[in-house]
Amino acid sequence: MEPITTFSGKAVAVAINDIDTDQIIPARWLKVTDKSGLADGLFEAWRYLADGTPNPDFPLNRPAAAGASVLVAGRNFGCGSSREHAPWALQGYGFKAVIAPSFADIFRGNSLKIGLLPIVIDEETYHELLSHIAEDPETTVSVDLPNQRLVLPGGRAVSFPIDSFARHCLVHGVDQLGFIQQQDEAIAAYEAATPDPVNTLRPAVAG
Amino acid sequence: MSQPKTLFDKVWDAHLVRPETADTPAVLYIDLHLIHEVTSPQAFTELRQRGLRVRRPDRTLATMDHSTPTTPRNALGIIPVIDPQAIAQLDQLRANCAEFGIPLYELGSANQGIVHVIGPEQGLTQPGMTIVCGDSHTSTHGAFGALAFGIGTSEVGHVLATQCLLQYRPQTCAVRVDGRLQPGVTAKDIILAIIARYGVGGGTGHVFEYMGEAIRALSMEERMTICNMSIEGGARAGMVAPDDTTFAYVAGRPYAPQGAAFETAVARWRQLPSDEGAVFDKAMDLDASTLAPMITYGTNPGMGIPIDAPIPTPEQLPDAASRQALDKAMAYMGLEPGKPLLGHKVDMVFIGSCTNSRISDLRQVAAFLKGRKVAEGVRVMVVPGSQQVKRQAEAEGLDAIFLAAGAEWREAGCSACLGMNDDKVPPGKYAVSTSNRNFEGRQGPGARTMLASPLTAAATAITGVVTDPRTMLS
Repeated sequence: MEPITTFSGKAVAVAINDIDTDQIIPARWLKVTDKSGLADGLFEAWRYLADGTPNPDFPLNRPAAAGASVLVAGRNFGCGSSREHAPWALQGYGFKAVIAPSFADIFRGNSLKIGLLPIVIDEETYHELLSHIAEDPETTVSVDLPNQRLVLPGGRAVSFPIDSFARHCLVHGVDQLGFIQQQDEAIAAYEAATPDPVNTLRPAVAG
Repeated sequence: MSQPKTLFDKVWDAHLVRPETADTPAVLYIDLHLIHEVTSPQAFTELRQRGLRVRRPDRTLATMDHSTPTTPRNALGIIPVIDPQAIAQLDQLRANCAEFGIPLYELGSANQGIVHVIGPEQGLTQPGMTIVCGDSHTSTHGAFGALAFGIGTSEVGHVLATQCLLQYRPQTCAVRVDGRLQPGVTAKDIILAIIARYGVGGGTGHVFEYMGEAIRALSMEERMTICNMSIEGGARAGMVAPDDTTFAYVAGRPYAPQGAAFETAVARWRQLPSDEGAVFDKAMDLDASTLAPMITYGTNPGMGIPIDAPIPTPEQLPDAASRQALDKAMAYMGLEPGKPLLGHKVDMVFIGSCTNSRISDLRQVAAFLKGRKVAEGVRVMVVPGSQQVKRQAEAEGLDAIFLAAGAEWREAGCSACLGMNDDKVPPGKYAVSTSNRNFEGRQGPGARTMLASPLTAAATAITGVVTDPRTMLS
């Protein structure tokens, strides 16, 4: 995983609350067995008209949004399905961060694992950011992950929460699986001390 | 005396390989890992790239359910898969399970079915366990007093490789449901009412524990319906304390402990319920005795109303964001604020999904459809949750009732719940569905979903318009 420290990027807003992962990437895109090509399905139902052409009214399709790397969205972003295809699709499209007043738990966890940064801001800052983007569609924001700071247009900086472990992993580009693997001795000790409640290879009685 | 603990605390504490520290999350041991064809392929790829084995294939079980067709078997007894992408996904699961030694319930085989139906059915889901799956409706298994939650594909890889997950301790929320349900009102209506009241983000960061008189009175299948939709309220997991109803359900199932071992397990499981005085971080409540059947009118599961109430008007909503969401939902659904849903024409009725596809759901539907016909022009799909549910329903003659009424009786799978196999609601068409999500396009591009109970779905199937099941009780 590429380390993430500081970056600046153009922000685009999809100012809707409760955007579910079925909107981010519809289920028909989940039939892949790798992570490629998902960006084409990102926000598919909103991004394209019925004839398959881009919907000019959808924020991502506006010419000024080209090259945007920060998505701003309403509260409870990423609710619903646990599909990691949602953060894969956002990252594949070119987003490095999503800024929202809140995130659904599973989406937030999935995003942190792949280096798509979920940035939580308060509602007031959210609306301030929406106004900036409405006034200037080329609005950029800066992210400083080691210091957990988001710099808004005009220079106001807000801090955002992120757990120290996830921050460490992202800043150093280390993945979380490696950390669990280092616990091998503790895992083996746990297993030795704990009776198996089930064995999927062997039913207790013939089923 | 030690600090009183909640059910969640007890299960969490018993699975700590390493506790949370200031700098690191807890390492949590996972007792059972369920996998399916959609969210596992990339995790196996990761394992192969790193040269890793599956640590505990004996704690892992695979099934095929999401991308599979539910079309009736052909003359050879085979369920034909036509979609090349689905074929590739199923082939890959087969190859992955063979390579890593994981048991697999193949499409059409005797125990195959929706992942959240087969775990409990096989007795793999037991009180006090930790259970995960790359599927958000893993919360279903919490009905047994297990800590069960959905994970992403990266985490599927973590569990395959280490049988552990990195987790921060979530907060707890007591969801008290007192009172007795009135006839025609079901467990599905309880959970739809909770989500309508507290919102789709109300449980974020929390694990629900459902408690109270109404929950105690429910069967295991009804408790599963409620825990299943915890995620629709934002809670990653929902739990119910195990009791005699739980133990009676688990007893004798293939993977449940047998004989003396079962008695020992029950004695252990009886220690799991939350202690007197245990503290929860948050509380919610609902009076079951005043509930009506619920139905959704919008594009998230929180947009629900009693079936005899009108769709809310913008003036009734608390803030601009809710009014904007209502506008957007009404445009998508082709409905009008202030109007009733009762009597609204439907094109399809879907009975199935991990929420409502178990034998008791099918019995309720059959009781309504017996001796009746489904309305002309309405497609009614009845999809059992597993091959075992299907066999049981057929042994009871329920299939004959469905077919005589003009409904379809199909093979087991996720079917029209999520629009990734051949079963879909056509664009612009209305469906009353017993599934769990009414998101835009969830049941197919442009599909207009109204979530409801199996009873409401059955009543609607007969009349062809949204119908209050209480008007059809015998």
